Amino acid sequence: MTMKLPIYLDYSATCPVDPRVAAKMAEQLTMEGNFGNPASRSHLFGWKAEEAVENARRQVAELINADPREIVWTSGATESDNLAIKGAAHFYQGRGKHIITSKIEHKAVLDTCRQLEREGFEVTYLNPREDGIVYPEQVEEALREDTILVSLMHVNNEIGVINDVAAIGELCRARKVIFHVDAAQSAGKLPIDLQEMKVDLMSFSAHKIYGPKGIGALYVRRKPRVRLEAQIHGGGHERGMRSGTLPTHQIVGMGEAFRIAKEEMAQEGERLLALRNRFWNQIKDMEEVHINGSAEQRVPGNLNVSFAFVEGESLIMSLRNLAISSGSACTSASLEPSYVLRALGVNDELAHSSLRFSFGRFTSEQDVDTAATEVRKAVEKLRELSPLWDMYKDGVDLNKIEWAAH
Amino acid sequence: MAYSDKVIDHYEHPRNVGRMDDKADNVGTGMVGAPACGDVMRLQIQVSEEGVIEDAKFKTYGCGSAIASSSLLTEWVKGKTIDEAEQIKNTAIAEELALPPVKIHCSVLAEDAIKAAVRDIREKRGESANAGEAKESAAG
Repeated sequence: MTMKLPIYLDYSATCPVDPRVAAKMAEQLTMEGNFGNPASRSHLFGWKAEEAVENARRQVAELINADPREIVWTSGATESDNLAIKGAAHFYQGRGKHIITSKIEHKAVLDTCRQLEREGFEVTYLNPREDGIVYPEQVEEALREDTILVSLMHVNNEIGVINDVAAIGELCRARKVIFHVDAAQSAGKLPIDLQEMKVDLMSFSAHKIYGPKGIGALYVRRKPRVRLEAQIHGGGHERGMRSGTLPTHQIVGMGEAFRIAKEEMAQEGERLLALRNRFWNQIKDMEEVHINGSAEQRVPGNLNVSFAFVEGESLIMSLRNLAISSGSACTSASLEPSYVLRALGVNDELAHSSLRFSFGRFTSEQDVDTAATEVRKAVEKLRELSPLWDMYKDGVDLNKIEWAAH
Repeated sequence: MAYSDKVIDHYEHPRNVGRMDDKADNVGTGMVGAPACGDVMRLQIQVSEEGVIEDAKFKTYGCGSAIASSSLLTEWVKGKTIDEAEQIKNTAIAEELALPPVKIHCSVLAEDAIKAAVRDIREKRGESANAGEAKESAAG
């Protein structure tokens, strides 16, 4: 069997659309299909489109054990985060202006919080522990009289580490603080039960679980009721929380993706864990290779690894047959190592040497074996080129050298 | 990021990779950069009595452009006198490799590396560094 190169190992960035999802989406577009505006009340085209949208809403709600009326369609998790955080902050600012989040949130949360700071809110950015987890007791210590909102991610996008959002939800609920969770990286990978978890707002994205890009949802709890100030105004769609004509094909795609996830999540999780272990077992005997973030409390498809004494961007250059992402943001021209790894206390040099491998539905054992072989080869080649590797081999402590930053 | 063919060529077939005895009297070593910044270059030159660079070796921790810049530099300095080598400008390296603006610092680092290596050999030979120039650490 010939292999298709490069091998896609960047499922945390985005996923291909599942062919079953694509087929459903294609039915919602043409004259012969279900193209109507779901808001059209006066004819069959509108009614049929509305039915498809409501069916998808139920499919999304079912994956997370919520009421379909608690699902608001958005353009993706970034918009959901914006709506949740700004919407809640603006609505509840009479009670206080303090918000708690963490340093390793997605930029959609961090940048939204920065905007609220400019508007006069005060934000506490919690530092995760070395394992990448934000612990409930850290949240408890940071809660104040004037705290109105806590926003934390369920699973981190770079390191795949899982926060105990159920426990943090209990703390927030006891103090009537709104709790928002970005679940873009966890939905369809971990069980989420919103009847049990005391989460008030939860962000979802379709394209992280084999749905299309450009569609997401925000879960907005009904009991106890959570209120939001709309951020996009217009025709009053989505009970006034998010105006704009509903994109039926995108919504149907997201619904189908969530339906498949509910059905296949358990089995797929086991398969991905086996693939990840298979990969790790082929590289872990190399010297100075470290997993970033908790090795245990992590989603099955993610592995973030630092290869000491080689630089991430050149490593990626050597791994042209693998589609992976670098923990160093060098490729985006900022020359800064990942802020997530930094917050974990990973030193800059190791942060520069890190790669994120994320495995998914279409990853095969052969893919993983090829990837491991290529990684070994590239790391060995670059270490031969690395003065730092020489120094390490000579027993020089790199931390004791005074480097001239440039 | 798209790399130029020359960068890819040097990256895939780096010239003059290696290490010389930095204690030897006829070897000058320049080590510049910092791991935290994502690049460290070690450039070494073997210099004849007459001040001609007979051999050059490098090892670099860094991106493809940093590796290519130092690899190219070793090719360029061989056969030059240390006075000539000192005159190599980063802009010439950047131009030869068609480095994009975000990678210009890699060529700057290469220039720093040859300057540091020449300084080291001058010190070993008991020559004073260029008049008025302050002595800097090998870390550049």
